Amino acid sequence: MSKSRNNDPFWWSFFGAGGVFSSFFVPIHILLLGLALPLGWVLWPEHGDLLALARNPLARIYLFLLIALSLFHAAHRIRFTLHDLLLAKSIDTPAAFVCYGGAIVGTLCAAMTVWTL
Amino acid sequence: MQKTITIQVKRYIPEKQPTPFYQDYEVPLETKWGVLDALTYIKDELDGTLAFRWSCHMGVCGSCGMMVNGQPALTCATFLEEYLPGPICIEPLDHFPVIRDLVIDTDAFMGKLKYVKPWLIPAEERSVDDGENRQTPAELAAFKQYTLCINCLLCYSACPVVGLNEDFLGPAAIALAQRYNYDSRDAGQTQRHDVLLDHGGAFDCTLIGECSRACPKHVDPTGAIQRYKADGAMEFWKRLLLPRGAAKR
Repeated sequence: MSKSRNNDPFWWSFFGAGGVFSSFFVPIHILLLGLALPLGWVLWPEHGDLLALARNPLARIYLFLLIALSLFHAAHRIRFTLHDLLLAKSIDTPAAFVCYGGAIVGTLCAAMTVWTL
Repeated sequence: MQKTITIQVKRYIPEKQPTPFYQDYEVPLETKWGVLDALTYIKDELDGTLAFRWSCHMGVCGSCGMMVNGQPALTCATFLEEYLPGPICIEPLDHFPVIRDLVIDTDAFMGKLKYVKPWLIPAEERSVDDGENRQTPAELAAFKQYTLCINCLLCYSACPVVGLNEDFLGPAAIALAQRYNYDSRDAGQTQRHDVLLDHGGAFDCTLIGECSRACPKHVDPTGAIQRYKADGAMEFWKRLLLPRGAAKR
């Protein structure tokens, strides 16, 4: 057992939160944007109406959490999948750096985008 | 009709040959013979030098776990008829050092088991005069599943993380930690957090699920570890954010 603190519970918390968040809400977005609108089940909303909806403070928080937490969920899963697929412990540190780093960059981009909508 | 079946055994006799080798034996195909019966036949009738562990012959002691055609299995509960027409390849459990033939060295596992303190740690010492520790059926049900582990180590053979990371506590040890964590008579969760949150603890698990598939007692170590991750993550944030004394309580 190492003396340094194990940070995995930290990353796992975001992975877990992202798993719950994305499994509940991402299917709604897929249904709406991927099926219902393109197939004409519901009418396309006006761009201005959508923008006004997205600018609602609660909608901004929701969009930010949806994107950021899903990114951290994916990052953790990809890190561990690489570990298991490549059967190499040595890949873990660089994989963690790239995956979580990507999620952090994506989160910053999401924050900026949602803020400046 | 087939009268015999070929058993291919991975042998390792370090004093004679430094590398393992395979040896074939032809054994009678008796109805309802388990793989363990075939190994016993080999030892009694064909080759007394073959070494393997067994004890109860009824899926309780957990001694006779081996790789049967590449899958971890209790050989007493695995039947020859399932593998017709043969051959059946028997190897020692994966991810363990081999002492001889099919006998593995379990010392590292025994060491890990000790880390998670798999015993009751009561909040206060009680004497016999204090009477029984009573539990409701619901309190018993909270941990009973995890008491069914027989330490057969099939889950360690099935788990790729165990194979990659020798520091990982492993499925059975973490499930056993949870057996005590969920026991209403126990107050040792904080002490077990120290080990389970650390490097090599529950968070090294990558949620593959093979341990639960291999478990002959349906303990579901995967579930035990996932439940711990939720509890452990809460504890991690408490320790990070709360003053030292408050988080430890």
